[in-house]
Amino acid sequence: MSAVLPISESAHTEVRRVPHASWGDALFENLTRFFALVVFGLLAAILVSLVVGSQVTLEKYGLRFLWNAEWDPVHEDFGALVPIYGTLMTSLIALVIGVPVSFGIALFLTELSPAWLKRPLGIAIELLAAIPSIIYGMWGLFVFAPLFQSHLQPLLIEAFGSIPLFKGPPLGIGMLTAGVILSIMVIPFITAVMRDVFELVPPLLKESAYGLGATTWEVVWKVVLPYTKVGVIGGVMLGLGRALGETMAVTFVIGNAHRLAVSLMAPGNSIASALANEFTEAVGDIYFSALIELGLILFLITTIVLALSKLLLLRLSRHEGAKT
Amino acid sequence: MSAATAANPLYRARKRQNALLLFVSFVALAFGLFWLVWILGTLFYEGGAALLRATLYYQMTPPPGSDGGLANAIAGSLVLVTTGTLLGTPVGILAGTYLAEYGKSNWLASATRFLNDVLLSAPSIVIGLFVYSVYVARVQHFSGWAGAFALSLIVIPVVVRTTDDMLKLVPNSLREAAIALGAPMWKVILMVTYRAARAGIVTGILLAIARISGETAPLLFTALNNQFWSLDMGKPMSNLPTVIFQFAMSPYADWQRLAWGGAALITLAVLALNIVARLALQRKE
Repeated sequence: MSAVLPISESAHTEVRRVPHASWGDALFENLTRFFALVVFGLLAAILVSLVVGSQVTLEKYGLRFLWNAEWDPVHEDFGALVPIYGTLMTSLIALVIGVPVSFGIALFLTELSPAWLKRPLGIAIELLAAIPSIIYGMWGLFVFAPLFQSHLQPLLIEAFGSIPLFKGPPLGIGMLTAGVILSIMVIPFITAVMRDVFELVPPLLKESAYGLGATTWEVVWKVVLPYTKVGVIGGVMLGLGRALGETMAVTFVIGNAHRLAVSLMAPGNSIASALANEFTEAVGDIYFSALIELGLILFLITTIVLALSKLLLLRLSRHEGAKT
Repeated sequence: MSAATAANPLYRARKRQNALLLFVSFVALAFGLFWLVWILGTLFYEGGAALLRATLYYQMTPPPGSDGGLANAIAGSLVLVTTGTLLGTPVGILAGTYLAEYGKSNWLASATRFLNDVLLSAPSIVIGLFVYSVYVARVQHFSGWAGAFALSLIVIPVVVRTTDDMLKLVPNSLREAAIALGAPMWKVILMVTYRAARAGIVTGILLAIARISGETAPLLFTALNNQFWSLDMGKPMSNLPTVIFQFAMSPYADWQRLAWGGAALITLAVLALNIVARLALQRKE
């Protein structure tokens, strides 16, 4: 031990001989660390600012804010139930449509597609994520909603009209339309994660299954999917996080009605679209504070969902690292 | 043997199931591509004519019922996106450098990486609310600075993530070689690893620009909008996304036509940036 010490000390003095080096190093390292700390503190700063901004309604209503269905700026009675319901419902519709489609696309791209088509097809699907959300909204309002109203909605109402979820006149806009458009928007995100985790499956596992005579579908369903389960759920959660916070696309087509309706055909409201529509026109402390509290609720929900998604994906990659 | 298996009903059922489900996966792909083609198709069908009219680029946004262009919105968007990128990129690159070069195994780096990934997908409207409460509410007026600040908060996580990923791809032997020549760590990073990862980092910046070019939600409560030509960062500033929002939601045909033109313009820019970013990375590979 004592024999080692002088050597390390002499190595230390070797570095010290170039004074600029250590000085510059310390400066650069602390500079980068400072900005890492900025990023580290950003989420907390957002949280604090939203809590401070919504203090008035937090104190006035407490938890009742969460299940009060009123939204009455005139009498200053505010509750978040309608926007929360709209946010969750549209995101749920997006997942119901988006997850199977993304699974199909990921399956096609990883197992079936000829090698030369993989890249262009993958890029085309990724471009869906590149289109700005306001474009989805505009297209949804002017192109999709009218067609949906005249062709698809009457069929749905005729087939499932006895279920309360599908009751009501075909209006074109509403929660179902918003959900369908959200589903298109989450497809690229879920597909990308599914593709990535499917690629993680060791070829040996798949080859063994093929060797036993399994069909492609059986390999995917019984080998690939169980192996990547955690990551696939992580991808779905990522898509959910995206859908929950989407603003512009939903604002255009959801109808912006503060009315609690069970039917998906009815216009509703989501947290993000309520903010986009009302924030700059809000008057009075309570109204403002109620809107910021809506933002706080949205932030908490998405942060929890995204953090869970990230944890699941990390677990898969760690699991994978342990195996190889 | 093969005749026996071919006649086996279970075998045939499995074959059929396989073919059917693989066909369904193909349909899923077609479903995804169908929306892409449909959306881009309508966009350029509706906006194409507006894009080709020169007045779009030099006239101001008109009052309802009269003809005009989007010059102030285009200029405002360019200013906001440029400022946002200039504010966010250095922060993102330096923080990403810390994660990849100094934070291999410390808790600050892994926690930051985690929080950054959450921030990457955080709803952009909440970023707008944040900037509103910490800046706009204090100074009591909407401004271009507030808009650029909000956009920079969206740039940061994108750039942190790509910088971190790309620096980690640089082989350690390069760093070791430079250190062995006597270079201090900061010189190694600036002159060797940055250079090796340049294409990747630039890709990240381009993707971040593409992302903020179409962002509307964070600008609604920060830069707001301005009907007139103004490049004063201290005042509300016109920008394409909020003008599209306002015009598309209006009942006036002239405004809606301009909104389609603006939408086509933004989408063209964003798609071009995405493709350039990919090419930049591919050439490197």
